[in-house]
Amino acid sequence: MNPQAHFVILPIVLPFAAGVMTLLVDERHLAAKAAISVVMTLTLVAAAVMLLRFVDVDGTQVYRVGDWPAPFGIVLVADRLSAALVLLASGLCLACLVFALARWHREGPRFHTLVHFLLMGVNGAFLTGDLFNLFVFFEVLLAASYGLALHGSGPARVRAGLHYIVVNLVASLLFLIGASLMYSATGTLNLADLASRVANMGDGERALVESAAAILGIAFLTKAGLWPLCFWLAPTYASASAPAAALFAILTKVGVYVVLRIWLLLFAAGSVAPAAFGSAWLAVGGMATILFGTIGVIASQNLSRLASYSVLVSSGTLLAVIALQHPMVTSAALYYLVASTLGSAALFLLIELVERGRTAGADVLAVTAEAFAADTLSIEADDGAGVPIPATMALLGLCFVACALMLAGLPPLAGFVAKFALLDALFRTSPIPPFAWTMLVLLLVSGLAVLIGMGRAGMRRFWASPEVAVPRVRVIEMLAVAFLLAACAAITVEAAPVLRYLGEAAQALHAPRGYIDDVLARP
Amino acid sequence: MNEVVVAAAIGVLASSGVWLMLRPRTFQVAIGLSLLSYGVNLFIFAAGGLRVGAAPIVAAGAPADPAALADPLPQALVLTAIVIGFATTALFLIVLLAARGLTGTDHVDGQESDA
Repeated sequence: MNPQAHFVILPIVLPFAAGVMTLLVDERHLAAKAAISVVMTLTLVAAAVMLLRFVDVDGTQVYRVGDWPAPFGIVLVADRLSAALVLLASGLCLACLVFALARWHREGPRFHTLVHFLLMGVNGAFLTGDLFNLFVFFEVLLAASYGLALHGSGPARVRAGLHYIVVNLVASLLFLIGASLMYSATGTLNLADLASRVANMGDGERALVESAAAILGIAFLTKAGLWPLCFWLAPTYASASAPAAALFAILTKVGVYVVLRIWLLLFAAGSVAPAAFGSAWLAVGGMATILFGTIGVIASQNLSRLASYSVLVSSGTLLAVIALQHPMVTSAALYYLVASTLGSAALFLLIELVERGRTAGADVLAVTAEAFAADTLSIEADDGAGVPIPATMALLGLCFVACALMLAGLPPLAGFVAKFALLDALFRTSPIPPFAWTMLVLLLVSGLAVLIGMGRAGMRRFWASPEVAVPRVRVIEMLAVAFLLAACAAITVEAAPVLRYLGEAAQALHAPRGYIDDVLARP
Repeated sequence: MNEVVVAAAIGVLASSGVWLMLRPRTFQVAIGLSLLSYGVNLFIFAAGGLRVGAAPIVAAGAPADPAALADPLPQALVLTAIVIGFATTALFLIVLLAARGLTGTDHVDGQESDA
């Protein structure tokens, strides 16, 4: 094996090492923890960039753990999509960590360790080529996310966390049932091997595979937040601490990714079945999710809840359009995935900064009032890292506008490019399906709703409340938000190469033969 | 006959687990989750086919005969699932206690429903 091949496992090993190292350092030496944490994450981002370049130049990289050949050993597979998502997750994690350095990592024990284990699980889920291994990485990321959801404690977080844990434990049990059913139906758990065996199956045998896939689908779609499996999402995300909520923006996308990967691998159009199994369910469910999210966005008085519902809107959009199974639509959807993750993560971070100046309980729906009351105390006592920056309100307002443009899909930022690419791809097929018209309406209406919601909230925060004390914002906190928004700007300016890359990723997803051959090839 | 007994056991465990999970007290939910995970563990174990007296490992020196061996993979999977399920249930118990302490009630919503 050449050294280049080992880059595939680095996105899992590095966060693991960082998690273990920060666990070994005592809580009293928070600066040391922070240093380890930031250095390791920077290394990881560099490794993810390298991996992306290798994959783009040399094609799919398959890493055989222990050098066992594919259907027997566990494989990690880095294709274009996985590499891009690993980079996205690592960059997001870097921003959240830097943001948390200002004060959030002091609010509870072992923040750094939890973040790194979460990242390990997310990266593992993106890279693994084995169904049961996927379950293990899901559990790693879920276990870490339980801890992060409760970070900072308080009744609101514990109450939402309790529901979150129960829902996800049940989803994990369904995952196990689906995986074992899949094993007993096909005799393998390797995704590539699974795909090639399912393709050669008769109708009678496919019934069991399809029921296994349906059970697995419920587990993944719960994670992705498909209506009606999404009622846990808004309370959990809205009550989680800002850096944790921003990190959670990638978790729904993990669900979407897994659906995209496994579903297209097993039931890609052009294989035996004429219409892919379950695509109608996915389309209808996705549309219902957009509607539910839209209503939620309009109804939310609280900014964090608004952001949580906008996460639902974006995951509904993704699920609905990937149901169409068209490479061009998928490629636009992948661009939308990247843009909406960056946008909503930036918003979650920004909300905490904006709300900091307000007196606790000012919101009509003071769901997180108790949590914020606890926080205001610690801000007063806080004389930690960084200096307050001037012109705070102006800067915050500017960032808020940028987030609103990203999420509503207005020019000039990436949100617009994403929605435009989606609509363009939807209307390329002739005759234009009724689905495309429905999606057009839903996309525009949900964008309008987000704009109204954000506009209303922005006016209330920035213009209509003269008594508000200017929040004390640290430079590094602003830096983290600016980093995420700069990433949005970067993918807007460089939209052509990004879309080219994601287009190739989508092509590869829709032609699973290449993936199967790469994985099952004899070393 | 074996199959019927195992299937019935899984069914009873899963159904009582689901029923308990829909109850309003956090402790009932915890027990429900445990029962459901026992049912699921048995299900995974059964996915490899039920065999009596067959080892999942080739004896040293003996020729490997797949027909005489039990499927080792589900047994490995079920071990992983047991460990993970155990850990997450333990974590859930901690959150259960925290919720009881913070809200003063053991209702899953943190407050008694208006009955």
